[in-house]
Amino acid sequence: MAKSWRFLIPLIIFGALVILLVIGLGKDPRKVPSPLIGKPIPEFSLPELTDTGRTLVDDDLRGQISLVNVWASWCSSCRQEHQALMVLSENPDFQIVGLNWKDDAQDALSVLRMTGNPYDRIGYDPDNDVGIEWGVYGAPETFVVDQQGIIRYKHIGPVDRKVWEETLQPLIAQLKAEG
Amino acid sequence: MIPELGHIALILALLLATAQAVFPLAGSLTGNRPWMTMARPLAYGQLVFVAIAFLALVEAFLTSDFSVHYVAVNSNSLLPDIYKFSAVWGGHEGSLLLWALMMAGWGAAVAVFSRYLPLPVVARVLGVMGLVAIGFLLFMLLTSNPFERLFPVPPEGRDLNPLLQDPGLAIHPPMLYMGYVGFSVAFAFAIAALIGGKLDAAWARWSRPWTTVAWVFLTIGIALGSWWAYYELGWGGWWFWDPVENASLMPWLVGTALIHSLAVTEKRAAFKSWTVLLAISAFSLSLLGTFLVRSGVLTSVHAFATDPERGLFILLFLCVVIGGSLALYAWRAPDVSEGGRFDLVSRESALMLNNLIFVAFTVLVLFGTLAPLIYEAFNLGKISVGFPWFNKMFVALAPFLALLLGIGPAARWKHDSPWRLTKMLWLAFALSIVLLALSSRESISGGDFWVPIGIALAGWLLFSHLTIVRDRLKHKKQPLWQALKADFSGNGRSFYGMVVAHLGVAMFIVGVTMVSNHQIEKDLRMSPGDSHEMAGYRFEFLGAQKVNGPNYRADRGHFRVYRGDRQIAELYPEKRSYLGGGMPMTEAAIDAGFFRDVYVSLGEAVGGGDWALRLYYKPYVRWIWLGAVLMALGGTIAVSDRRYRSASVRSSAPAAAATAPA
Repeated sequence: MAKSWRFLIPLIIFGALVILLVIGLGKDPRKVPSPLIGKPIPEFSLPELTDTGRTLVDDDLRGQISLVNVWASWCSSCRQEHQALMVLSENPDFQIVGLNWKDDAQDALSVLRMTGNPYDRIGYDPDNDVGIEWGVYGAPETFVVDQQGIIRYKHIGPVDRKVWEETLQPLIAQLKAEG
Repeated sequence: MIPELGHIALILALLLATAQAVFPLAGSLTGNRPWMTMARPLAYGQLVFVAIAFLALVEAFLTSDFSVHYVAVNSNSLLPDIYKFSAVWGGHEGSLLLWALMMAGWGAAVAVFSRYLPLPVVARVLGVMGLVAIGFLLFMLLTSNPFERLFPVPPEGRDLNPLLQDPGLAIHPPMLYMGYVGFSVAFAFAIAALIGGKLDAAWARWSRPWTTVAWVFLTIGIALGSWWAYYELGWGGWWFWDPVENASLMPWLVGTALIHSLAVTEKRAAFKSWTVLLAISAFSLSLLGTFLVRSGVLTSVHAFATDPERGLFILLFLCVVIGGSLALYAWRAPDVSEGGRFDLVSRESALMLNNLIFVAFTVLVLFGTLAPLIYEAFNLGKISVGFPWFNKMFVALAPFLALLLGIGPAARWKHDSPWRLTKMLWLAFALSIVLLALSSRESISGGDFWVPIGIALAGWLLFSHLTIVRDRLKHKKQPLWQALKADFSGNGRSFYGMVVAHLGVAMFIVGVTMVSNHQIEKDLRMSPGDSHEMAGYRFEFLGAQKVNGPNYRADRGHFRVYRGDRQIAELYPEKRSYLGGGMPMTEAAIDAGFFRDVYVSLGEAVGGGDWALRLYYKPYVRWIWLGAVLMALGGTIAVSDRRYRSASVRSSAPAAAATAPA
């Protein structure tokens, strides 16, 4: 009957949704491998948020270990990790580079004024030009980049003490030892 | 000892729920009357035992029994008593227990208020609710037992998440869950109707008040959450498109569509299978929201607990409940008659468009929320959806909904003439155009074209609804006001409920438009004694001092706000550090008003007694929540309509004959 098969449509849509959720469940959302891991950082050039006269380029991430943190003022999870970043910003082993993503410069600057600025430098990427190159699909995300400019790790979701102690800190110690 | 009693009570509740699912349903299919009559007592019994379990957990919190793992993680002996109580649902396990309690409560309410329903219908509805309750109780007992003990017993608890130590958030989850769980009643009615093969106007009339009550709770719950985010997060935003917020918005959107489509089914016996599908979807999205929040599939600030094992359980549960009901739908819905026909210009058409827009909203929110998962699954990885995307989509669709909202209630069922509608509404339309022109002036719009559009649309809703009310009363002999009073206390409750709810939409539109386009925010560094002018208000900073709360230490700023020379408010924003640890919390200080809020939020101390801080001027921001309150009030008025009480007597006789087992 041609009439009755359309009543199956909701069930089919739900089936597709379940498949999607199963895939999502199988992967820890905080450990999604990025195709860029092990690859050199993409070339880029961005105006700096705090001083648009200056530019932040890929070479600025070479020569020392960097945490590249993707954030935005509209992102509530970014607020959650902000305090952790403030603490980490005192660590001399690495620099923290912000990628202010899909954001309004005024909003972003007022966030920093209100809650402090944990970043050594911040690239301003309102149109997702660099975010796309880095495979960013949400905020917050944090990339670990080694001294040679190779992306070594990508963390999705807020950085907290647990993430730092269990994942980031050992990795950074290892990178430091590699020199 | 008491926690163990709670645990046993939960197990007993599970047994009763199982019986409630099996016997009444089986009885309704075989015509076994005694089995069907078991439905009500079993529903009461389930409520009693879940309530015992809940009280046992409350007792553990109030006595700070840290030998219970859940209490140790979510409470602290320094916590004020009121928050010890609300901490019961401050975490995953307790939230579930609250869900189960409300589920049982709704079941018992159906049992009490269904005296006029035919027995097989009661048996099926309660049976389906029993099935759902099994899922939740089993989930709790297998993966999330709130009564689990902890050895060795810690001397002190870890404390409730400071974000949750707030009166707004203490009552936000119960309201929200009442809404979520309330949709289970509409769901159960729909499934019962599919099983019985009898989808008629009587069925729609039975489900309508239940659906509306659930929707009212959900509306209040969402508004409370938004209000809480506004004053507690210290950012002055009122909606963040966070996955958890979206999870509550989706059932609300579908629920709103459902309320409207039920109206068509009741009055015109049309849209029947569509209404059933919406009833299934509203509850399914409530469950999906729970899954998304609890499983950790999406990361969010709100996520209390993330655990793949729990995620898997909920997913299986979702498959059984949603997959099962959609399969039932695919099997039974083709036999449902199409119902009353209608012309292109008719109220049915308007309500159909309403439904399409609400479903489109829901699909957009669902897509936006799941986008990270979708892109990941297909390895696209390069596109992302953020806050700006959601806003754009909503602002693009909402004006059409508002336009339609002014016409739909004016249209007649089945057939109407465009000419009659034009004659009736032209004045309201012309007044809105005048409003559009007036508010386009630079001094009001601030140069933004959304401001006049928003104001004109709100005006359109107001004028058209006034016209519709007047039109309804035009044949009455009495003066307008007396006619209105007589109609309201007579048979007009659901009509006036609709009008009030729609005016709530108008109010909401004004609030959103004004606050989005005219708010002012200033980030400042101020020294004690400094003053700052903003939007006609002068803020004087008198300095900050340290204060101690019961379980936190805080810096408390002191501000005086002047309008001209007159002092209008003293504000004390705080920055709190809770002793239990975690990040410092901002407590914004707000001077609330009908037409504007002024809002001060404390940032960082920058040395020498100076503070970085943020001042806000938020025009009409209250209208956002007052609009939601009006919508909820409208729903409440509609539920009090006389026909839900007396008409059930009228409709029960033929319906009983029709639903009797073959």
